[in-house]
Amino acid sequence: MVGRPTLGRSGLMTPLEFTLLTFGVSILAGVFGALLGLGGGIIVVPLLTLGFGIDIRHAVGASLVSIIATSSGAAAAYVRDRLTNLRVAMLLEIATTSGAITGALIAGFFNTRWLYLIFGIVLAWSAIAMMQKRRERVTDVTHDRLAARLRLSGGYFDAARGKEITYKVEHTRLALALMYLAGILSALLGIGSGILKVPTMDLAMRLPIKVSSATSNFMIGVTAAASAAYFFSRGYVNPFITAPVAAGIVIGATLGSRLLGRMKSSRIRAIFLVVLIWVSFEMIRKAFAP
Amino acid sequence: MNDAPLFPLEGTHEAAARRIERLISNLLRAGVLTSLAIVALGTVVSFVHHPEYCSSPQAFQELINGTPDYPYRLGSILAGVGRFSGQALVALGLLVLIATPVLRVAVSIFAFAAEKDRTYVVITSIVLALLVASFLIGAVA
Repeated sequence: MVGRPTLGRSGLMTPLEFTLLTFGVSILAGVFGALLGLGGGIIVVPLLTLGFGIDIRHAVGASLVSIIATSSGAAAAYVRDRLTNLRVAMLLEIATTSGAITGALIAGFFNTRWLYLIFGIVLAWSAIAMMQKRRERVTDVTHDRLAARLRLSGGYFDAARGKEITYKVEHTRLALALMYLAGILSALLGIGSGILKVPTMDLAMRLPIKVSSATSNFMIGVTAAASAAYFFSRGYVNPFITAPVAAGIVIGATLGSRLLGRMKSSRIRAIFLVVLIWVSFEMIRKAFAP
Repeated sequence: MNDAPLFPLEGTHEAAARRIERLISNLLRAGVLTSLAIVALGTVVSFVHHPEYCSSPQAFQELINGTPDYPYRLGSILAGVGRFSGQALVALGLLVLIATPVLRVAVSIFAFAAEKDRTYVVITSIVLALLVASFLIGAVA
């Protein structure tokens, strides 16, 4: 399957057409990635492999760069608007990165079929839990002791509601444990962990969805940088393939990051849920694929 | 709902924190714009050097499936940039992009130090150390 063009016209495509088409799709991927705190990988990888018959390693190389592009493109606006909680990001990043290192060390001991199944079920469960918690109530959250000691609480100005929102954080230990597991899973399956970071911050720590998204957005860039450097040094980052992806995503993410503050939280939550259910379905399908 | 401040912040510290946030925000924007400009320039140069890219499907297949002829080591990238090669310029721009998150973590250490937040200086330093460690593990594996 992989490595063979499946899109009818891709055999006749010129480099110019590829660059323009990929650039356009990447702008859209950047807007969604920045809004939801996910890398553009779930859009970029299928486009490159299934659409253009590009080798999976080169697609993943481009996808890793696209995650960084999403993260850095959106970051300037999120830091300025105080949507990113830098303390939460750094604390959880310790757990994710150690998880990723553990995952890299134990890779090969597990049946990926089971991992895909577990991943799919976890995502499906997160989707159900996030659906039940449709309305955000950040006011009845009480600080846990660790969160208070680490001063994880924060505040931002919500442009959609026109007022300052302050929030507290709970279940810090649980979130750290979940992020460690998320790091292991994403290293074993080569999947970005943004899709697990947002539900963890939303369900366990009970951060506002905009803060979860912006904070996840920061973290995915840091995590992807280490892997991207490795892929780059192996020659899997093809400049011709990656250029339109990176440029499009940077532009899209910059646009998306300006939207996030102004959009209603309930709408962002709804879009995230759709993506969550879709990825969950894809993972379970992969577990049972022949 | 937000009648009382949840966390007491001294005015000077908060002002310092805001200044640093602004600095980080500008630094990121500069890094991203630099990389975007280099990638765009490299792409244009590639197409100018290779007019067949606008018409030849065969050139496309060679670019995506052929033996890699693009530089991916720092030395060869810089040498290529010296020759004004499009592929090398794009590669340089992508390297700048890959470096921005790492740079952001490094700058955050100084930001927390300026806020006199020793706990987070330690936490952020651990993150940077883990990043370097995971890169080294990747390079060995």
